[in-house]
Amino acid sequence: MSAPFLQVRDLSVRFTTDDGVVRAVDGLSFDVHRGRTLGIVGESGSGKSVTSLAIMGLHRRGRRVSIDGQIRLDGEDLVTASSARVRALRGQRMAMIFQDPLSALHPQFTVGDQIVEAYRVHHRVSRAAARRRAAELLELVGIPEPSRRLDDYPHQFSGGMRQRAMIAMAVSCDPALLIADEPTTALDVTVQAQILDLMRDLQREFDTAIILITHDLGVVAELGDDVLVMYAGQVMEHGSVADVFARPEHPYTWGLLQSVTRLDEQRDDRLRTIPGAPPSLITVPPGCPFHPRCAYREQAGPATGTVRPALVEAAPGHRVACHLPAEVRQRIRAEEVTPAR
Amino acid sequence: MTDNHPTTEDRPAATDDRPVATDDRPVATDDRPVAIDDRPVAVDELVRVDRLTKVFPAGQGTFGRRRGAGAGVRAVDGISFSIARGATLGLVGESGSGKSTTGRLLSRLLDPTAGTVTFDGRDITRLPSRQLRPLRRDIQMIFQDPYSSLNPRHTIGAIIAAPLRVQGLASDSGQAMRARVRELLELVGLNPEHYNRYPHEFSGGQRQRVGIARALATRPKLVIADEPVSALDVSIRAQIINLLDDLRAELGLTYLFIAHDLSMVRHLSDTVAVMYLGQIVEIADRTTLFEHSLHPYTHALLSAVPIPDPASTRQRDRIRLHGDVPSPRNPPSACRFHPRCWKAQDICRTEAPPLADRSPAGSLGSSPAGLADTAPTEPRGPSPTGRPDTPPPGPPDTTPAGRPGTSATGSPGGPPRHQVACHFPEERTVI
Repeated sequence: MSAPFLQVRDLSVRFTTDDGVVRAVDGLSFDVHRGRTLGIVGESGSGKSVTSLAIMGLHRRGRRVSIDGQIRLDGEDLVTASSARVRALRGQRMAMIFQDPLSALHPQFTVGDQIVEAYRVHHRVSRAAARRRAAELLELVGIPEPSRRLDDYPHQFSGGMRQRAMIAMAVSCDPALLIADEPTTALDVTVQAQILDLMRDLQREFDTAIILITHDLGVVAELGDDVLVMYAGQVMEHGSVADVFARPEHPYTWGLLQSVTRLDEQRDDRLRTIPGAPPSLITVPPGCPFHPRCAYREQAGPATGTVRPALVEAAPGHRVACHLPAEVRQRIRAEEVTPAR
Repeated sequence: MTDNHPTTEDRPAATDDRPVATDDRPVATDDRPVAIDDRPVAVDELVRVDRLTKVFPAGQGTFGRRRGAGAGVRAVDGISFSIARGATLGLVGESGSGKSTTGRLLSRLLDPTAGTVTFDGRDITRLPSRQLRPLRRDIQMIFQDPYSSLNPRHTIGAIIAAPLRVQGLASDSGQAMRARVRELLELVGLNPEHYNRYPHEFSGGQRQRVGIARALATRPKLVIADEPVSALDVSIRAQIINLLDDLRAELGLTYLFIAHDLSMVRHLSDTVAVMYLGQIVEIADRTTLFEHSLHPYTHALLSAVPIPDPASTRQRDRIRLHGDVPSPRNPPSACRFHPRCWKAQDICRTEAPPLADRSPAGSLGSSPAGLADTAPTEPRGPSPTGRPDTPPPGPPDTTPAGRPGTSATGSPGGPPRHQVACHFPEERTVI
């Protein structure tokens, strides 16, 4: 396989607030290849959205925000690059779609104007040419009568069409990296299926690297090639979707997989739950951040409360950060996790 | 946190024969059911909704401009169903399907335009506002957003005590009230000593517990939960679902569970109704609905839900609907699903299919023959009595054929029937 298009190494993002330092992302490393999709799974406050904004260079740097580590886009480090350079890359080589297209689109400009503007930032073309391109893009993302719909305002579009328009804008410069932050969370399930199909089709056509940020394990199972499970700003588990869903290694991943109801399952017993709630990122628990909620912390030994577990390979390409000895994890998974599902 | 409700054992017993058994449930004795509309009413029927309709008038928009067509929005259009005491009806559908409006009509937060709502044997459709207060004691709601549904300036003690105070259920002296609030906090798995804390001191899941405690304060018979977990984090949802499950068993609650998450509906409901543009298109017990559904829209809906298992979710039968749900302001004629339906024929554009029984004989309304491979209507959990696969012939069907959405569901005392509103119903495996 070719070199990864995006390489993130030891990324940390910290915010200084009046209440203390928020460790939003802490030591994150991953690769994304062209034509592949990395799903980042986590709850609110897990650092998944902060990661995507850091890659896009959308955190205003200054006294209150510190970003450390490397973000290499096609070999070029974005952390040390000038903001002008990052701005040039943004849109052209990487683009982002957001959860709520209504707030991401400007309500007082037509959809066409907004796509035209985004396109002309990076291309020296006439308005007319950009408009023709915008119509092509709307057609590409499956909006009927694209030339006519260009003159509509965002509120005249349905939720699914707005998200299509957002995708049209994001792919207008044929970016090699597309970051989708909960792209379907605000949509109905039938529309979600359409949007996921569209992303899959566009990826096939343009060989795009996609980072798909979601809390929905089903969406990752549907679209992802690899998956990164985040908790409290740290990576708990990272591997191929096939491996992680078939042989999950981390107790947090077990908890997530067991606590969701599945459409193809009808059970009368209670759902397995993860006790407690995710921690504040100002007071992340020491050691393994998940240990206060972990059902197996006794078996992980005292280090789990003091020493942060290293992210190590449990199998080729499948990494996990957990103090539980490998054989104990295997036993628990075989006896408690896999049979329960 | 939720594990202090040791109800796992008695749960099957409480739900097994729910549709038929009445004796072992904490049935209120003060209101004896009465006959309505000359129809025999089952003892265990808590809610009956008959041809319920809500039209929001077109009315005036901002700056006095008229919005939309003059006809108004038929958000709920002639739906009928019933909920047995102690049972859970799941209401699913996309945005604009009218599921939330239905919940609000049942609780009389909205006034129905037409049709009737019978609660505990009593017609509450036109109850004047003065008589609504006692009703509110029996029907409570749990809302989606635990952030906006709790007053940030009130302590959670005050929030939970408010319904008690309003209903005069506890003396203002404080002592009894505080005891009851503590009891409620404990019931929903919160620390009873957190009485004096404010909502912002709690996480989303804890706030939803406060909302649930508030809903249970008046010891309601019916709880309407409108998307109770969709605003919560994934790892918290299961806690709240278990809590709702435990409370149902513990307190003998009846739920109307409104949600767009079909897998959660499958877990929590006994009967599931699928709504589309204000109408029920299919209703059945959960096993039948999820395994032997007949309506193309149900198939499309089920097929669109991702399953957290890459091996199976990528091999499923894929049905992709085109476009979005049409506006309920101007719904398609005849069968409302026909513009998005891949099976639509001429008749679908001209004639609305009635919500018809899939009767034991295998005939299904005006549908073509050959559907006799009946879907077994499995009772929830093992049935000790060995109930027959198909519902026993109930009272004569009062459904006037040809009129959409006018039939009632759930033969009194029997298991819910499988009804579908489609000219060409057909089973299809999509999960």
